[in-house]
Amino acid sequence: MSVLVDKNTRLIVQGITGKEGTFHAKGAAEYGTQVVGGVTPGKGGTIHEGWPVFNTVAEAVDATGANATVIFVPPPFAADAILEAEDAGLPLIVCITEGIPTIDMVKVWSKIKHSSSRLIGPNCPGVISPGKAKIGIMPARIHLEGSIGIVSKSGTLTYEAVHQLTQRGIGQSTAIGIGGDPIIGTTHIDALRLLNDDPDTEAIIMIGEIGGAAEEAAAAFVKEFVRKPVVGFIAGQTAPPGRRMGHAGAIISGGQGTAAEKMKAMADAGIHVVVSPADIGAKLAEVIGR
Amino acid sequence: MKIHEYQAKTILAKYGVPVPRGEVANTLPEAADAARNLLANGATGVVVKAQIHAGGRGKGGGVKVTFNQADAESAAAKILGMQLVTHQTGPTGQKVQRLLIEETAAIDRELYLGIVLDRATGKLVFMASQAGGMEIEEVAAKDPTAIIKEEIDPAIGLAGYQGRKLAFALGLKPSMVNQAVVFFQSLYKAFVETDASLLEINPFITTKDDKLFALDAKMTFDDNALFRHAEVKALRDVAEEDPLEVEASKYALNYIKLDGSIACMVNGAGLAMATMDIIQYAGGSPANFLDVGGGATQEQIEHAFEILLSDKNVKAIFINIFGGILRVDRLATGVVAAARNLNVTVPIVLRLEGTNVEEGRQILKDSGLNFQVGATMKEAADLVVAAAKVGA
Repeated sequence: MSVLVDKNTRLIVQGITGKEGTFHAKGAAEYGTQVVGGVTPGKGGTIHEGWPVFNTVAEAVDATGANATVIFVPPPFAADAILEAEDAGLPLIVCITEGIPTIDMVKVWSKIKHSSSRLIGPNCPGVISPGKAKIGIMPARIHLEGSIGIVSKSGTLTYEAVHQLTQRGIGQSTAIGIGGDPIIGTTHIDALRLLNDDPDTEAIIMIGEIGGAAEEAAAAFVKEFVRKPVVGFIAGQTAPPGRRMGHAGAIISGGQGTAAEKMKAMADAGIHVVVSPADIGAKLAEVIGR
Repeated sequence: MKIHEYQAKTILAKYGVPVPRGEVANTLPEAADAARNLLANGATGVVVKAQIHAGGRGKGGGVKVTFNQADAESAAAKILGMQLVTHQTGPTGQKVQRLLIEETAAIDRELYLGIVLDRATGKLVFMASQAGGMEIEEVAAKDPTAIIKEEIDPAIGLAGYQGRKLAFALGLKPSMVNQAVVFFQSLYKAFVETDASLLEINPFITTKDDKLFALDAKMTFDDNALFRHAEVKALRDVAEEDPLEVEASKYALNYIKLDGSIACMVNGAGLAMATMDIIQYAGGSPANFLDVGGGATQEQIEHAFEILLSDKNVKAIFINIFGGILRVDRLATGVVAAARNLNVTVPIVLRLEGTNVEEGRQILKDSGLNFQVGATMKEAADLVVAAAKVGA
């Protein structure tokens, strides 16, 4: 099994006629994901790369029976695209877009948090269940079907962890990139809960970074509820305070959100924390005895 | 993006927030004129305030209260051009290039107001505290109950009752509560309409004649929203930023200068941070954070090299790429071209993985240039730390 995406996922792409949207729609389809159409306002009724294009998400859902969407819409319009997907009742919304203004996300979140739709991201690589389906921008070929769940704020560090596992012949159930923004739809805790409840996920890798207190909250959750082994890494151990390290959310402010605090909270919760990002795969292998 | 106090006060004044009368001065004659104006128009004294993008200016000697023209001018002469060191500037400090000359206020009480995003709830939070003039982090550490917080519903904004709760909790006189509510709501409006990421009024003061003022003002803005605020973007003061960071920002490179000797070029913010971490773990020290992003062009890579090489502390360069969207062969072509064009002499260690990695490695090999390639991130980190030690 896996979580969030699988063979039953019917995906539409918001922004399918754009360069990124086109490229990654093809990538998803090549990987075996059922891509059923796309949305670009004003281009409804046309066919793009073989896929039907609709003016609105609601029309696309009606016509295709989609149950998931991936958003490749530029930052000024992306928050609106999320709201439109929620309004159309899509259960899974994956927003790849980086650079959405925080105040736009404050408004989106006030709506989404009471909604039955799950938002992944924004500013994330997406979700992949190796061997089944992928929604997002991750390089598919590094993955291997298996039983390790991954949750990470960072795209490239997710790839790094996946790669280290695959090289050891250890496969992944689902890798979830939750995104590096201050407001994200699915947090570490939400992803951990999904992976913990998935009978085919045997162990979990949790990757965080400086800023906020989501990792500390996730550590408390692991301590109380998770009985599967968890390996953890926090990026930004050498980051200076007060500077935004690339991701909008990656900033140590007022002494809060340091890597040291997070690593301590995680270690206290029984998470196997590695100091070097090169040791993630080896530690996981050791913990599960492979 | 950070701005100066005087700029923040100009914005707040537009939203109806009462601020003391004052003028910015870039030169001593301007400072003298500003002081003269204020003293001639009813000010009982003037405050000379250094304008730099860092807090703790008062403790560092960057703020002086004076009561006549001569003292104001001598305070200005002392502060303008000084290297102001505060707990936020680092040991070398920041050169004071601008002053705010402001009238003094008859302070009764010093309080604190702030608006920030609470990441846990995804809402903006209005904070107030009676402990004005202190760093709010200090207050939070000593006595978290001394900070009163109101979560704001984005569809409603800061409601009147929330403003009253804050005002009463601050111990304001009942006769001042209504003007306080308007003050707080104006701050919230200014925050939202300019896409601020932080707003602090510290101190927020009451005067002996029952008026309210923003005596200091700190505003920072959401970089992601600058596209819709040309007026805010125009307030950027590049003189306050590191010159290399200013240069990097011209090419949309995400660069932060650090103090070490190993330069890094990485794709992805998380991997870029992790690369700094593994350099330290291997016994070296990172010279910078640099995320070239998922779609770096050859031109961007050349500019990135130029920036890394203009840092005189750099003894070796570590290129760590995990190609997802960014194809490794394209990056390798860019690296080879840049190294040739710029005649790079410091050792370069690469670690490449991902899409088209074999082609990428071949391009490096065929270039005839002196690249070292690490098979894993750890091996590459060890190689680059060793190379930097030889170069040092």
